[in-house]
Amino acid sequence: MIAEIGHFSLILALVVALVQAIVPLVGAHRGDGAWMATAAPTALVQLLLIATSFGCLMYAFVTSDFTVMNVAQNSNTLQPMLYKVSSTWGNHEGSMVLWVLILAVFGAMVAAFGGNLPPSLKARVLSVQAMIGVGFLLFILLTSNPFERVVPPPLDGRDLNPLLQDPGLAFHPPMLYIGYVGFSMAFSFAIAALIEGKVDAAWARWVRPWTLVAWSFLTAGISLGAWWAYYELGWGGWWYWDPVENASFMPWLVGTALLHSSIIVEKRDALKTWTILLAILTFSLSLIGTFLVRSGVLTSVHAFATDPERGVFILLLLVIAIGGSLALYAWRAPILKGGGLFAPISREGALVLNNLLLTTAAATVFIGTLYPLFLEAVGGGKVSVGPPFFNATFVPLMIPLIIALGVGPMLGWKRGDLKGALSRLKFAFIATIVITFIAAYISWGRSVFGVLGLSLAGWLATAVILEFASRIGLGRAGSGDVLRRMAGLPRGAWGMTLAHLGFAITVAGASGASLWQDEVIQLLRPGETLSVVDYDFTLRSVDSVKGPNYTAQRATFTVRQNGEVITTLAPERRRYIVQGTETTEAALYTQWYADIYVVIGQSDGNGAWTVRLYFKPLVPWLWAGSLLMVFGGFVSLSDRRLRIGAPSKRLAAPEAKAPTAQPAE
Amino acid sequence: MTHDSPPLRSRAATRKRRRLYAVLSGAVMLAIAAVLVLTAFEDSIVFFYSPTDLAEKQAGRDPVKPDQLLRVGGLVEEDSVKTAADGVTKLFTVTDLKNTLRVSFKGILPDLFREGQGIVSSGSLGPDGIFVATEVLAKHDETYMPPEVADALKRAGEWKGDEEKEKTQ
Repeated sequence: MIAEIGHFSLILALVVALVQAIVPLVGAHRGDGAWMATAAPTALVQLLLIATSFGCLMYAFVTSDFTVMNVAQNSNTLQPMLYKVSSTWGNHEGSMVLWVLILAVFGAMVAAFGGNLPPSLKARVLSVQAMIGVGFLLFILLTSNPFERVVPPPLDGRDLNPLLQDPGLAFHPPMLYIGYVGFSMAFSFAIAALIEGKVDAAWARWVRPWTLVAWSFLTAGISLGAWWAYYELGWGGWWYWDPVENASFMPWLVGTALLHSSIIVEKRDALKTWTILLAILTFSLSLIGTFLVRSGVLTSVHAFATDPERGVFILLLLVIAIGGSLALYAWRAPILKGGGLFAPISREGALVLNNLLLTTAAATVFIGTLYPLFLEAVGGGKVSVGPPFFNATFVPLMIPLIIALGVGPMLGWKRGDLKGALSRLKFAFIATIVITFIAAYISWGRSVFGVLGLSLAGWLATAVILEFASRIGLGRAGSGDVLRRMAGLPRGAWGMTLAHLGFAITVAGASGASLWQDEVIQLLRPGETLSVVDYDFTLRSVDSVKGPNYTAQRATFTVRQNGEVITTLAPERRRYIVQGTETTEAALYTQWYADIYVVIGQSDGNGAWTVRLYFKPLVPWLWAGSLLMVFGGFVSLSDRRLRIGAPSKRLAAPEAKAPTAQPAE
Repeated sequence: MTHDSPPLRSRAATRKRRRLYAVLSGAVMLAIAAVLVLTAFEDSIVFFYSPTDLAEKQAGRDPVKPDQLLRVGGLVEEDSVKTAADGVTKLFTVTDLKNTLRVSFKGILPDLFREGQGIVSSGSLGPDGIFVATEVLAKHDETYMPPEVADALKRAGEWKGDEEKEKTQ
């Protein structure tokens, strides 16, 4: 019964989305206020319906209702509650429902808080949002019904893929989807602006916060995925340039460019058509990412069950959405008026450089990701494009980006003083040279890339700190004055500093691994000791333990550093009972400058175990840096909200649309 | 729109020139990217071979170079997995049921590595004809067959899989 309610609400949501897609758009075209006003309530009703449907699906998972095929295939009574809940989106069908749910949440937010938007813009934005919804709801209902029943129901379910039974991965898909789908807002605003034929600072001020939300969540989602790969897959890598990783990384790159170019539209009323194009491209790449991951053209952890019909359907959606929006762009963009001028050496110039580099980098990733598919389609054989390709194309493009990023914020709007900026960065030059020497000394002869990465990170970090110091008048004003300036600094400035600093730390973390990573692999018996760098690992014992839905061999290591016991580590090798699959659970110990990482492998049958130890310098910085970037995004967002709230009187929102405004999480 | 207002014509001219700069810098960027991509393609494209493909390639005029990175795949032959004297290097045979290839791998085999199952491995061909793997990928559940392997088996005429129920890595 519950499952049927879920299915039925999904169908109703499709009907409502159709109404929401057509009526407000026609209304905006005719200037009919009543027709336009249907947008907001339909968006809220749509959210209510999809939330109901998602709730029903989650209920089926939580209560282990195995009459629903999706539950029977992806859940099990033995699973801990967290994984019963996360199973809801740990499969193809459920994750698509989550996708449309998030889409509806964003639509409803515009409906609920968009009181100060011009009515025609609001109507058009919500209409475009609903069109995307129609496409994906059709996709779910026609090809991936999550509520399909199975007769007769099995006694127990087939369990969630054991690799996905992990706290990091329980939250990775929702984060990533909020990011992907969040860019639909920028897209809808861009399409609405093209139809309207008008882009101004107010438009940019509306687009910025949505882009920021999407960007922050996407950053968090990608980092969570990398973190999971790092400790769960057991080989200690955190980024593999795997096609599905690239699928999420491309929208991130272009989305980062969009985030920066919308600043120019807002502050300087320039680069409007470019920003619109970026908004379209960002969401298009999100859609392509969904296509790559969902259609099964790629082999990966994310491929779930595949079905050629689905691939064709998504491809069709892709062609309509991307082709349609680009055609509209080609037709309407020329009527948008150009804005303020600026010299090449200026804040705008620096942001344009940022945009060029980021989009070019995204293009190289795009080529590397799709080339194998292309070559296979034309019968050129099976190839794969791996890390060496991306190291040779993507990395060289990031070098000028990081160098310019240190200088850019120092330049003034319109016309910048490059010499002045560079002279203020004197200390950063010195720091960079020192860091380069230290890194080169430590890692002599090991990795040029690593040394380069560290010196770039050092350059960026000191430049960001110097910029911040000069902003708050450090060294020029008294300490009371400095504190006052710090308190008075807009949140946006704080956000920028934090995010850029986070980026510098991430770059350092990424370089560190290639610098002095060390690993040992050997057979070990209980009582024996193995060393890596200055750590000694003594294998105490290997015991059998039992978890809720698995059995495991757990090794216990005592770890000494220079003779002092620092920790006990217990890596496991788990066998999940239902699927009969094994997973390795690495054990990590994190110090501020490095992780030590131990994995237990197979037994040789004579009481010895294959043991693999890693010393991973600076990897913890990756996570700290990404966290700082996300945090910077949110800090900056808190500024925006205040800014948007201030000039308008939206607190006195007249429409009574409160009852349905609460998104059911 | 902006605060200073030079005469209209020079403003339009400036705008045109600035646009030219922007277009030029974009073109330069694309050219750099194209050069990077093309050079990288030359050295870092990794081809996939089934044991039969590789045997044919080696017998042909243009065998693979000693250090060239390549990917191979097939089924792990039953009873072929051995451990070398150092205790951590594994030796096994990969087959497409027509030809076989010996593989050595130092490391912890993936959780789902089993005899009779499909794997994909990257590495390079040693002088002794043994494939030295740097990475071995196995699938994540029993119903899955890596597409490359399924394809290789099909071409060797040995694929009897019904409807491909593919799941995960």
